[in-house]
Amino acid sequence: MDYFIELLFSGLTRGSIYALIALGYTMVYGIIGLINFAHGEIYMIGAFTAFIVATVLSIYGFPLIAIVIIAGIAAVVWSSSYGYTIEKIAYKPLRHAPRLSPLISAIGMSIFLQNYVLLAQTSDFLPFPRLIPDFPFMEPIAHIVGSTDLVILVTTVIVMVALTFIIKFTLIGKAMRATSQDRTMATLVGINVNRVISATFIIGSGLAAIGGLLIASHIGQINFYIGFLAGIKAFTAAVLGGIGSIPGAVLGSLILGLTESFATGYVSSDYEDVFAFSLLVLILIFKPSGLLGKATNQKV
Amino acid sequence: MLKLEKVQSGYGNKLAIKNVSLEIQEGEIITLIGANGAGKSTTLMTICGVVPCRSGSITFQDREIQEMAPEEIVRLGICQVPEGRHIFPQLTVKENLDMGAFLRKDKEGIKKDMEYVFALFPILAERRNQDGGNLSGGEQQMLAMSRALMARPQVLLLDEPSMGLAPLVIKQIFEIIKQINEESNTTIFLVEQNANQALHIADRGYVMENGEITLTGKAQELLANKDIQKAYLGI
Repeated sequence: MDYFIELLFSGLTRGSIYALIALGYTMVYGIIGLINFAHGEIYMIGAFTAFIVATVLSIYGFPLIAIVIIAGIAAVVWSSSYGYTIEKIAYKPLRHAPRLSPLISAIGMSIFLQNYVLLAQTSDFLPFPRLIPDFPFMEPIAHIVGSTDLVILVTTVIVMVALTFIIKFTLIGKAMRATSQDRTMATLVGINVNRVISATFIIGSGLAAIGGLLIASHIGQINFYIGFLAGIKAFTAAVLGGIGSIPGAVLGSLILGLTESFATGYVSSDYEDVFAFSLLVLILIFKPSGLLGKATNQKV
Repeated sequence: MLKLEKVQSGYGNKLAIKNVSLEIQEGEIITLIGANGAGKSTTLMTICGVVPCRSGSITFQDREIQEMAPEEIVRLGICQVPEGRHIFPQLTVKENLDMGAFLRKDKEGIKKDMEYVFALFPILAERRNQDGGNLSGGEQQMLAMSRALMARPQVLLLDEPSMGLAPLVIKQIFEIIKQINEESNTTIFLVEQNANQALHIADRGYVMENGEITLTGKAQELLANKDIQKAYLGI
Protein backbone atom coordinates (compact mmCIF):
# COMPACT_ATOMS: atom_id res chain seq x y z
CA MET A 1 0.00 0.00 0.00
CA ASP A 2 2.83 2.36 0.85
CA TYR A 3 4.29 1.66 -2.54
CA PHE A 4 1.02 2.52 -4.24
CA ILE A 5 0.73 5.82 -2.35
CA GLU A 6 4.33 6.62 -3.15
CA LEU A 7 3.64 6.09 -6.85
CA LEU A 8 0.45 8.08 -6.58
CA PHE A 9 2.26 11.09 -5.16
CA SER A 10 5.13 10.84 -7.57
CA GLY A 11 2.55 10.74 -10.39
CA LEU A 12 0.73 13.77 -9.05
CA THR A 13 4.03 15.64 -8.76
CA ARG A 14 4.95 14.87 -12.34
CA GLY A 15 1.44 15.76 -13.43
CA SER A 16 1.65 19.11 -11.65
CA ILE A 17 4.82 20.02 -13.51
CA TYR A 18 3.29 18.95 -16.82
CA ALA A 19 0.24 21.03 -15.99
CA LEU A 20 2.30 24.17 -15.38
CA ILE A 21 3.82 23.78 -18.84
CA ALA A 22 0.70 22.47 -20.59
CA LEU A 23 -1.29 25.54 -19.58
CA GLY A 24 0.98 27.69 -21.72
CA TYR A 25 0.39 25.49 -24.76
CA THR A 26 -3.34 25.38 -24.30
CA MET A 27 -3.81 29.09 -23.55
CA VAL A 28 -1.80 30.18 -26.57
CA TYR A 29 -3.63 27.66 -28.75
CA GLY A 30 -6.96 28.92 -27.43
CA ILE A 31 -6.17 32.50 -28.39
CA ILE A 32 -4.28 32.31 -31.68
CA GLY A 33 -4.66 28.68 -32.72
CA LEU A 34 -0.91 28.10 -32.71
CA ILE A 35 1.09 25.27 -31.14
CA ASN A 36 3.95 27.24 -29.63
CA PHE A 37 6.73 24.68 -29.98
CA ALA A 38 9.20 27.08 -28.39
CA HIS A 39 7.27 26.80 -25.13
CA GLY A 40 9.42 23.92 -23.85
CA GLU A 41 12.44 26.15 -24.30
CA ILE A 42 10.79 28.88 -22.25
CA TYR A 43 10.57 26.36 -19.44
CA MET A 44 14.23 25.44 -19.92
CA ILE A 45 15.22 29.12 -19.84
CA GLY A 46 13.24 29.50 -16.62
CA ALA A 47 15.22 26.65 -15.09
CA PHE A 48 18.52 28.18 -16.24
CA THR A 49 17.63 31.61 -14.90
CA ALA A 50 16.72 30.09 -11.56
CA PHE A 51 19.97 28.12 -11.64
CA ILE A 52 22.14 31.18 -12.24
CA VAL A 53 20.38 33.38 -9.72
CA ALA A 54 20.24 30.66 -7.05
CA THR A 55 23.90 29.78 -7.49
CA VAL A 56 25.03 33.39 -7.26
CA LEU A 57 22.86 34.09 -4.24
CA SER A 58 24.01 30.99 -2.40
CA ILE A 59 27.62 32.08 -2.93
CA TYR A 60 26.74 35.30 -1.13
CA GLY A 61 25.16 33.27 1.63
CA PHE A 62 21.54 34.37 1.30
CA PRO A 63 19.06 32.38 3.39
CA LEU A 64 17.32 29.57 1.52
CA ILE A 65 13.86 31.10 1.57
CA ALA A 66 15.19 34.36 0.07
CA ILE A 67 17.02 32.40 -2.61
CA VAL A 68 13.87 30.50 -3.58
CA ILE A 69 11.75 33.64 -3.78
CA ILE A 70 14.29 35.76 -5.67
CA ALA A 71 15.21 32.94 -8.05
CA GLY A 72 11.52 32.26 -8.65
CA ILE A 73 10.73 35.87 -9.42
CA ALA A 74 13.79 36.19 -11.66
CA ALA A 75 12.84 33.03 -13.57
CA VAL A 76 9.25 34.19 -14.06
CA VAL A 77 10.24 37.68 -15.20
CA TRP A 78 13.00 36.49 -17.49
CA SER A 79 10.95 33.70 -19.09
CA SER A 80 7.96 35.99 -19.53
CA SER A 81 10.07 38.54 -21.34
CA TYR A 82 11.30 35.75 -23.61
CA GLY A 83 7.73 34.61 -24.25
CA TYR A 84 6.65 38.17 -25.00
CA THR A 85 9.57 38.78 -27.35
CA ILE A 86 9.19 35.49 -29.19
CA GLU A 87 5.57 36.30 -29.95
CA LYS A 88 6.49 39.75 -31.26
CA ILE A 89 9.40 38.51 -33.38
CA ALA A 90 8.33 35.09 -34.61
CA TYR A 91 4.52 34.98 -34.60
CA LYS A 92 3.03 38.44 -34.84
CA PRO A 93 4.39 39.20 -38.33
CA LEU A 94 2.79 35.93 -39.46
CA ARG A 95 -0.62 36.62 -37.93
CA HIS A 96 -2.36 36.60 -41.30
CA ALA A 97 -0.15 34.04 -43.01
CA PRO A 98 -1.33 30.46 -43.64
CA ARG A 99 -1.36 28.40 -40.45
CA LEU A 100 1.67 26.35 -41.36
CA SER A 101 3.99 29.38 -41.40
CA PRO A 102 3.84 30.32 -37.71
CA LEU A 103 4.10 26.63 -36.84
CA ILE A 104 7.38 26.35 -38.71
CA SER A 105 8.48 29.62 -37.20
CA ALA A 106 7.78 28.10 -33.76
CA ILE A 107 9.89 25.04 -34.49
CA GLY A 108 12.67 27.33 -35.72
CA MET A 109 12.41 29.39 -32.55
CA SER A 110 12.66 26.23 -30.46
CA ILE A 111 15.82 25.06 -32.20
CA PHE A 112 17.30 28.55 -32.05
CA LEU A 113 16.75 28.88 -28.30
CA GLN A 114 18.18 25.42 -27.58
CA ASN A 115 21.34 26.21 -29.46
CA TYR A 116 21.54 29.69 -28.03
CA VAL A 117 21.56 28.27 -24.50
CA LEU A 118 23.96 25.54 -25.59
CA LEU A 119 26.43 28.14 -26.84
CA ALA A 120 25.85 30.73 -24.16
CA GLN A 121 25.98 28.24 -21.29
CA THR A 122 27.25 24.72 -21.78
CA SER A 123 26.27 21.35 -23.18
CA ASP A 124 26.99 19.60 -19.87
CA PHE A 125 24.51 18.80 -17.18
CA LEU A 126 24.74 21.42 -14.46
CA PRO A 127 24.08 20.55 -10.82
CA PHE A 128 21.06 22.50 -9.66
CA PRO A 129 21.31 23.66 -6.04
CA ARG A 130 18.92 22.06 -3.55
CA LEU A 131 16.39 24.76 -2.88
CA ILE A 132 13.89 22.76 -0.89
CA PRO A 133 15.10 21.34 2.44
CA ASP A 134 13.66 18.25 4.11
CA PHE A 135 10.99 19.50 6.45
CA PRO A 136 11.15 17.95 9.93
CA PHE A 137 7.38 17.49 10.05
CA MET A 138 7.55 15.35 6.91
CA GLU A 139 9.98 12.95 8.61
CA PRO A 140 7.48 10.14 9.45
CA ILE A 141 6.23 9.86 5.87
CA ALA A 142 9.41 10.91 4.06
CA HIS A 143 9.78 7.45 2.50
CA ILE A 144 6.42 7.92 0.77
CA VAL A 145 6.16 11.63 0.03
CA GLY A 146 9.26 13.78 -0.14
CA SER A 147 9.33 17.41 0.92
CA THR A 148 9.99 18.49 -2.66
CA ASP A 149 6.89 16.64 -3.84
CA LEU A 150 4.87 18.44 -1.23
CA VAL A 151 6.21 21.85 -2.23
CA ILE A 152 5.56 21.14 -5.90
CA LEU A 153 1.99 20.04 -5.24
CA VAL A 154 1.18 22.96 -2.97
CA THR A 155 2.77 25.51 -5.32
CA THR A 156 0.88 24.10 -8.27
CA VAL A 157 -2.43 24.22 -6.44
CA ILE A 158 -1.83 27.86 -5.44
CA VAL A 159 -0.85 28.80 -8.99
CA MET A 160 -3.92 27.04 -10.44
CA VAL A 161 -6.28 28.80 -8.05
CA ALA A 162 -4.69 32.15 -8.88
CA LEU A 163 -4.92 31.45 -12.61
CA THR A 164 -8.56 30.39 -12.36
CA PHE A 165 -9.30 33.60 -10.49
CA ILE A 166 -7.56 35.71 -13.14
CA ILE A 167 -9.32 34.00 -16.04
CA LYS A 168 -12.74 33.97 -14.45
CA PHE A 169 -13.06 37.28 -12.70
CA THR A 170 -10.58 39.89 -13.89
CA LEU A 171 -11.13 42.13 -16.89
CA ILE A 172 -8.04 40.84 -18.70
CA GLY A 173 -9.18 37.26 -18.03
CA LYS A 174 -12.60 37.92 -19.49
CA ALA A 175 -10.96 39.68 -22.43
CA MET A 176 -8.77 36.60 -22.96
CA ARG A 177 -11.79 34.32 -23.02
CA ALA A 178 -13.68 36.69 -25.30
CA THR A 179 -10.73 36.91 -27.68
CA SER A 180 -10.33 33.14 -27.83
CA GLN A 181 -14.03 32.70 -28.60
CA ASP A 182 -14.44 35.40 -31.23
CA ARG A 183 -11.50 37.56 -32.19
CA THR A 184 -13.37 39.85 -34.61
CA MET A 185 -16.01 40.64 -32.04
CA ALA A 186 -13.37 41.19 -29.37
CA THR A 187 -11.89 43.85 -31.65
CA LEU A 188 -15.32 45.40 -32.16
CA VAL A 189 -15.99 45.87 -28.44
CA GLY A 190 -12.67 47.67 -28.14
CA ILE A 191 -10.39 44.94 -26.83
CA ASN A 192 -6.80 45.46 -27.98
CA VAL A 193 -6.26 41.93 -29.27
CA ASN A 194 -2.48 42.33 -29.55
CA ARG A 195 -2.29 43.21 -25.89
CA VAL A 196 -4.39 40.17 -24.95
CA ILE A 197 -2.13 37.91 -26.98
CA SER A 198 0.95 39.38 -25.29
CA ALA A 199 -0.65 38.87 -21.87
CA THR A 200 -1.34 35.24 -22.75
CA PHE A 201 2.28 34.63 -23.70
CA ILE A 202 3.50 36.37 -20.54
CA ILE A 203 1.23 34.37 -18.22
CA GLY A 204 1.95 31.06 -19.98
CA SER A 205 5.71 31.68 -19.88
CA GLY A 206 5.59 32.62 -16.22
CA LEU A 207 3.84 29.36 -15.38
CA ALA A 208 6.42 27.38 -17.36
CA ALA A 209 9.22 29.14 -15.48
CA ILE A 210 7.71 28.14 -12.14
CA GLY A 211 7.56 24.58 -13.47
CA GLY A 212 11.19 24.83 -14.55
CA LEU A 213 12.35 26.01 -11.14
CA LEU A 214 10.41 23.30 -9.31
CA ILE A 215 11.45 20.37 -11.47
CA ALA A 216 15.09 21.45 -11.60
CA SER A 217 15.32 21.51 -7.82
CA HIS A 218 13.52 18.16 -7.75
CA ILE A 219 15.76 16.37 -10.22
CA GLY A 220 18.89 18.28 -9.28
CA GLN A 221 20.40 18.88 -12.68
CA ILE A 222 19.63 20.79 -15.88
CA ASN A 223 20.95 21.16 -19.39
CA PHE A 224 19.91 22.93 -22.58
CA TYR A 225 17.88 19.97 -23.81
CA ILE A 226 15.44 19.49 -20.89
CA GLY A 227 12.84 21.68 -22.58
CA PHE A 228 12.41 19.31 -25.48
CA LEU A 229 11.04 16.21 -23.75
CA ALA A 230 9.19 18.20 -21.10
CA GLY A 231 7.64 20.28 -23.88
CA ILE A 232 6.54 17.23 -25.85
CA LYS A 233 5.08 15.61 -22.74
CA ALA A 234 3.22 18.74 -21.71
CA PHE A 235 1.96 19.16 -25.25
CA THR A 236 0.74 15.56 -25.16
CA ALA A 237 -1.02 16.29 -21.88
CA ALA A 238 -2.68 19.37 -23.37
CA VAL A 239 -3.91 17.36 -26.38
CA LEU A 240 -5.04 14.57 -24.08
CA GLY A 241 -7.20 16.95 -22.09
CA GLY A 242 -8.44 18.80 -25.15
CA ILE A 243 -6.20 21.53 -26.50
CA GLY A 244 -7.59 25.00 -25.85
CA SER A 245 -9.29 23.90 -22.63
CA ILE A 246 -7.65 25.05 -19.39
CA PRO A 247 -9.21 22.46 -17.05
CA GLY A 248 -8.48 19.92 -19.78
CA ALA A 249 -4.78 20.71 -19.68
CA VAL A 250 -4.67 20.14 -15.93
CA LEU A 251 -6.66 16.92 -16.13
CA GLY A 252 -4.60 15.61 -19.04
CA SER A 253 -1.39 16.41 -17.20
CA LEU A 254 -2.43 14.60 -14.04
CA ILE A 255 -3.54 11.53 -16.01
CA LEU A 256 -0.30 11.51 -17.95
CA GLY A 257 1.78 11.92 -14.79
CA LEU A 258 -0.06 9.10 -13.00
CA THR A 259 0.16 6.78 -16.01
CA GLU A 260 3.91 7.30 -16.22
CA SER A 261 4.39 6.87 -12.53
CA PHE A 262 2.41 3.61 -12.30
CA ALA A 263 3.96 2.26 -15.48
CA THR A 264 7.39 2.93 -14.06
CA GLY A 265 6.53 1.48 -10.69
CA TYR A 266 4.68 -1.67 -11.69
CA VAL A 267 6.14 -2.49 -15.10
CA SER A 268 9.48 -0.93 -15.84
CA SER A 269 10.88 2.55 -16.23
CA ASP A 270 11.80 1.60 -19.78
CA TYR A 271 8.10 1.53 -20.60
CA GLU A 272 7.27 4.93 -19.14
CA ASP A 273 7.07 6.74 -22.48
CA VAL A 274 5.43 3.79 -24.22
CA PHE A 275 2.51 3.93 -21.81
CA ALA A 276 2.29 7.71 -21.94
CA PHE A 277 2.07 7.91 -25.70
CA SER A 278 -0.11 4.79 -26.06
CA LEU A 279 -2.59 6.55 -23.81
CA LEU A 280 -2.49 9.55 -26.12
CA VAL A 281 -3.11 7.40 -29.19
CA LEU A 282 -6.01 5.61 -27.49
CA ILE A 283 -7.71 8.80 -26.42
CA LEU A 284 -7.28 10.38 -29.83
CA ILE A 285 -8.87 7.32 -31.45
CA PHE A 286 -11.94 7.35 -29.21
CA LYS A 287 -12.24 11.07 -28.51
CA PRO A 288 -10.26 13.06 -31.07
CA SER A 289 -11.03 16.41 -29.44
CA GLY A 290 -9.47 15.29 -26.16
CA LEU A 291 -11.11 14.63 -22.80
CA LEU A 292 -12.61 18.06 -22.20
CA GLY A 293 -12.14 19.58 -25.65
CA LYS A 294 -15.11 20.61 -27.72
CA ALA A 295 -15.61 19.08 -31.10
CA THR A 296 -15.48 22.06 -33.40
CA ASN A 297 -16.51 22.17 -36.99
CA GLN A 298 -14.08 24.09 -39.09
CA LYS A 299 -15.97 26.80 -40.94
CA VAL A 300 -15.37 26.66 -44.65
CA MET B 1 -21.68 63.63 -37.61
CA LEU B 2 -20.20 60.69 -39.48
CA LYS B 3 -19.05 61.23 -43.02
CA LEU B 4 -17.48 58.92 -45.59
CA GLU B 5 -15.82 60.46 -48.61
CA LYS B 6 -14.75 58.40 -51.63
CA VAL B 7 -13.88 55.47 -49.41
CA GLN B 8 -12.24 52.43 -50.96
CA SER B 9 -11.49 49.22 -49.12
CA GLY B 10 -11.49 45.47 -49.50
CA TYR B 11 -9.79 42.18 -48.87
CA GLY B 12 -6.55 41.00 -50.49
CA ASN B 13 -6.20 42.65 -53.87
CA LYS B 14 -9.94 42.90 -54.42
CA LEU B 15 -11.86 46.05 -53.71
CA ALA B 16 -15.17 45.32 -52.02
CA ILE B 17 -16.20 48.95 -51.84
CA LYS B 18 -15.01 51.16 -54.64
CA ASN B 19 -16.22 54.65 -54.09
CA VAL B 20 -18.52 55.23 -51.18
CA SER B 21 -19.55 58.64 -49.94
CA LEU B 22 -22.28 59.04 -47.38
CA GLU B 23 -23.18 61.16 -44.43
CA ILE B 24 -25.13 60.69 -41.21
CA GLN B 25 -26.51 63.54 -39.13
CA GLU B 26 -26.78 63.36 -35.39
CA GLY B 27 -29.96 61.62 -34.17
CA GLU B 28 -30.84 60.20 -37.57
CA ILE B 29 -31.69 56.69 -38.56
CA ILE B 30 -30.23 55.95 -41.96
CA THR B 31 -30.28 52.67 -43.77
CA LEU B 32 -28.02 51.13 -46.35
CA ILE B 33 -29.77 48.57 -48.51
CA GLY B 34 -28.48 46.39 -51.29
CA ALA B 35 -28.10 42.83 -52.49
CA ASN B 36 -25.85 40.16 -51.06
CA GLY B 37 -22.19 40.98 -51.65
CA ALA B 38 -22.84 44.62 -52.52
CA GLY B 39 -20.30 45.72 -49.90
CA LYS B 40 -22.62 46.76 -47.08
CA SER B 41 -20.89 44.82 -44.31
CA THR B 42 -17.48 45.86 -45.61
CA THR B 43 -18.60 49.48 -45.33
CA LEU B 44 -19.38 48.98 -41.64
CA MET B 45 -16.15 47.07 -40.98
CA THR B 46 -14.20 49.88 -42.67
CA ILE B 47 -15.84 52.50 -40.46
CA CYS B 48 -14.89 50.42 -37.39
CA GLY B 49 -11.29 50.11 -38.55
CA VAL B 50 -11.37 46.32 -38.82
CA VAL B 51 -10.95 46.39 -42.60
CA PRO B 52 -8.35 49.03 -43.49
CA CYS B 53 -9.47 52.00 -45.52
CA ARG B 54 -7.41 52.12 -48.75
CA SER B 55 -8.25 55.63 -49.82
CA GLY B 56 -10.70 58.39 -49.11
CA SER B 57 -11.56 59.69 -45.69
CA ILE B 58 -13.89 58.90 -42.80
CA THR B 59 -14.68 61.81 -40.49
CA PHE B 60 -16.44 61.58 -37.17
CA GLN B 61 -17.26 64.83 -35.35
CA ASP B 62 -14.65 66.67 -37.44
CA ARG B 63 -11.91 64.12 -36.74
CA GLU B 64 -10.45 61.86 -39.37
CA ILE B 65 -10.71 58.30 -38.07
CA GLN B 66 -9.69 56.16 -41.04
CA GLU B 67 -6.19 55.56 -39.63
CA MET B 68 -7.30 54.83 -36.09
CA ALA B 69 -7.16 51.45 -34.36
CA PRO B 70 -10.51 49.73 -33.78
CA GLU B 71 -10.45 50.27 -30.02
CA GLU B 72 -9.89 54.01 -30.44
CA ILE B 73 -12.90 54.16 -32.73
CA VAL B 74 -15.02 52.34 -30.13
CA ARG B 75 -13.77 54.81 -27.54
CA LEU B 76 -15.00 57.69 -29.71
CA GLY B 77 -18.47 56.20 -29.57
CA ILE B 78 -18.93 54.17 -32.73
CA CYS B 79 -20.16 50.64 -32.00
CA GLN B 80 -21.17 47.86 -34.29
CA VAL B 81 -23.52 44.93 -33.95
CA PRO B 82 -22.06 42.71 -36.66
CA GLU B 83 -23.89 40.40 -39.00
CA GLY B 84 -24.53 37.03 -37.40
CA ARG B 85 -24.55 38.66 -33.94
CA HIS B 86 -21.19 37.27 -32.79
CA ILE B 87 -22.16 36.50 -29.23
CA PHE B 88 -19.27 35.19 -27.12
CA PRO B 89 -20.74 31.68 -26.80
CA GLN B 90 -19.08 30.57 -23.59
CA LEU B 91 -19.40 33.83 -21.73
CA THR B 92 -22.57 34.33 -19.73
CA VAL B 93 -25.10 36.97 -20.74
CA LYS B 94 -23.77 39.24 -18.02
CA GLU B 95 -20.16 38.70 -19.06
CA ASN B 96 -21.09 39.47 -22.67
CA LEU B 97 -22.51 42.76 -21.45
CA ASP B 98 -19.37 43.40 -19.37
CA MET B 99 -17.36 42.99 -22.55
CA GLY B 100 -19.53 45.61 -24.23
CA ALA B 101 -18.43 48.03 -21.51
CA PHE B 102 -14.80 46.93 -21.81
CA LEU B 103 -13.37 50.42 -22.32
CA ARG B 104 -15.47 52.11 -19.66
CA LYS B 105 -14.21 52.75 -16.17
CA ASP B 106 -17.29 54.25 -14.48
CA LYS B 107 -18.65 51.32 -12.46
CA GLU B 108 -21.82 53.19 -11.45
CA GLY B 109 -22.66 54.11 -15.02
CA ILE B 110 -22.06 50.57 -16.22
CA LYS B 111 -24.42 49.24 -13.56
CA LYS B 112 -27.07 51.75 -14.53
CA ASP B 113 -26.75 50.93 -18.22
CA MET B 114 -27.01 47.23 -17.47
CA GLU B 115 -30.28 47.87 -15.68
CA TYR B 116 -31.39 49.92 -18.68
CA VAL B 117 -30.78 47.09 -21.16
CA PHE B 118 -32.36 44.59 -18.81
CA ALA B 119 -35.45 46.80 -18.76
CA LEU B 120 -35.30 47.01 -22.54
CA PHE B 121 -35.03 43.21 -22.87
CA PRO B 122 -36.39 41.56 -19.69
CA ILE B 123 -35.62 38.10 -21.06
CA LEU B 124 -31.89 38.88 -20.81
CA ALA B 125 -32.25 39.67 -17.11
CA GLU B 126 -33.81 36.26 -16.62
CA ARG B 127 -30.95 34.58 -18.43
CA ARG B 128 -28.11 36.68 -17.11
CA ASN B 129 -26.13 33.69 -15.85
CA GLN B 130 -26.63 31.47 -18.89
CA ASP B 131 -24.00 31.08 -21.57
CA GLY B 132 -24.58 33.33 -24.56
CA GLY B 133 -24.34 30.35 -26.89
CA ASN B 134 -27.45 28.77 -25.35
CA LEU B 135 -29.76 31.64 -26.26
CA SER B 136 -32.19 31.53 -29.17
CA GLY B 137 -31.50 33.58 -32.29
CA GLY B 138 -33.81 36.40 -31.23
CA GLU B 139 -32.35 36.52 -27.74
CA GLN B 140 -28.86 36.58 -29.18
CA GLN B 141 -29.79 39.55 -31.34
CA MET B 142 -31.12 41.32 -28.27
CA LEU B 143 -27.93 40.49 -26.40
CA ALA B 144 -25.77 41.71 -29.27
CA MET B 145 -27.62 45.03 -29.37
CA SER B 146 -27.48 45.36 -25.59
CA ARG B 147 -23.77 44.65 -25.60
CA ALA B 148 -23.24 47.48 -28.07
CA LEU B 149 -25.42 49.79 -25.97
CA MET B 150 -23.23 49.05 -22.94
CA ALA B 151 -20.51 51.12 -24.61
CA ARG B 152 -22.87 54.13 -24.66
CA PRO B 153 -22.43 54.63 -28.38
CA GLN B 154 -23.13 57.87 -30.14
CA VAL B 155 -23.50 56.00 -33.40
CA LEU B 156 -24.81 52.45 -33.47
CA LEU B 157 -24.01 50.43 -36.57
CA LEU B 158 -26.41 47.53 -37.04
CA ASP B 159 -25.64 44.86 -39.61
CA GLU B 160 -28.64 42.76 -40.64
CA PRO B 161 -30.37 42.67 -37.26
CA SER B 162 -33.33 40.81 -38.77
CA MET B 163 -31.33 37.97 -40.31
CA GLY B 164 -32.72 34.53 -39.56
CA LEU B 165 -35.38 35.71 -37.13
CA ALA B 166 -39.12 35.06 -36.97
CA PRO B 167 -41.34 37.89 -38.28
CA LEU B 168 -42.72 38.66 -34.83
CA VAL B 169 -39.23 38.96 -33.36
CA ILE B 170 -38.13 41.15 -36.28
CA LYS B 171 -40.99 43.51 -35.54
CA GLN B 172 -39.95 43.70 -31.91
CA ILE B 173 -36.29 44.32 -32.81
CA PHE B 174 -37.19 47.16 -35.16
CA GLU B 175 -39.43 48.75 -32.54
CA ILE B 176 -36.56 48.65 -30.07
CA ILE B 177 -34.22 50.21 -32.62
CA LYS B 178 -36.65 53.07 -33.01
CA GLN B 179 -36.97 53.33 -29.23
CA ILE B 180 -33.18 53.45 -28.70
CA ASN B 181 -32.96 56.19 -31.29
CA GLU B 182 -35.68 58.28 -29.65
CA GLU B 183 -34.84 57.71 -25.98
CA SER B 184 -31.11 58.32 -25.99
CA ASN B 185 -30.78 60.25 -29.25
CA THR B 186 -28.44 57.52 -30.55
CA THR B 187 -27.67 57.89 -34.22
CA ILE B 188 -28.39 54.68 -36.08
CA PHE B 189 -26.81 53.30 -39.22
CA LEU B 190 -28.81 50.27 -40.26
CA VAL B 191 -27.67 47.84 -42.90
CA GLU B 192 -30.45 45.58 -44.11
CA GLN B 193 -31.53 43.21 -46.81
CA ASN B 194 -35.01 43.51 -45.42
CA ALA B 195 -35.38 46.82 -47.24
CA ASN B 196 -39.06 47.26 -46.58
CA GLN B 197 -38.78 47.16 -42.78
CA ALA B 198 -35.61 49.22 -42.78
CA LEU B 199 -37.02 52.01 -44.93
CA HIS B 200 -40.10 52.19 -42.77
CA ILE B 201 -38.18 53.20 -39.65
CA ALA B 202 -35.37 55.14 -41.36
CA ASP B 203 -35.19 58.86 -42.11
CA ARG B 204 -33.02 58.46 -45.17
CA GLY B 205 -31.63 55.59 -47.19
CA TYR B 206 -28.72 54.71 -49.45
CA VAL B 207 -28.77 52.00 -52.07
CA MET B 208 -25.58 50.09 -52.73
CA GLU B 209 -24.67 48.02 -55.78
CA ASN B 210 -21.33 46.39 -56.51
CA GLY B 211 -19.46 48.47 -53.98
CA GLU B 212 -20.90 51.81 -55.01
CA ILE B 213 -23.74 54.00 -53.82
CA THR B 214 -26.18 54.22 -56.69
CA LEU B 215 -29.09 56.04 -55.16
CA THR B 216 -29.91 58.06 -52.10
CA GLY B 217 -32.90 59.91 -50.77
CA LYS B 218 -35.53 60.23 -48.10
CA ALA B 219 -36.82 56.86 -46.95
CA GLN B 220 -40.35 57.69 -48.10
CA GLU B 221 -39.10 58.61 -51.58
CA LEU B 222 -37.13 55.39 -51.86
CA LEU B 223 -40.16 53.36 -50.79
CA ALA B 224 -42.14 55.01 -53.58
CA ASN B 225 -39.38 54.57 -56.18
CA LYS B 226 -40.42 52.10 -58.89
CA ASP B 227 -36.92 50.64 -59.41
CA ILE B 228 -36.41 50.11 -55.70
CA GLN B 229 -39.81 48.49 -55.39
CA LYS B 230 -38.94 46.09 -58.15
CA ALA B 231 -35.40 45.28 -57.06
CA TYR B 232 -35.58 45.27 -53.27
CA LEU B 233 -39.16 45.37 -52.08
CA GLY B 234 -40.57 42.62 -54.25
CA ILE B 235 -43.59 44.66 -55.26
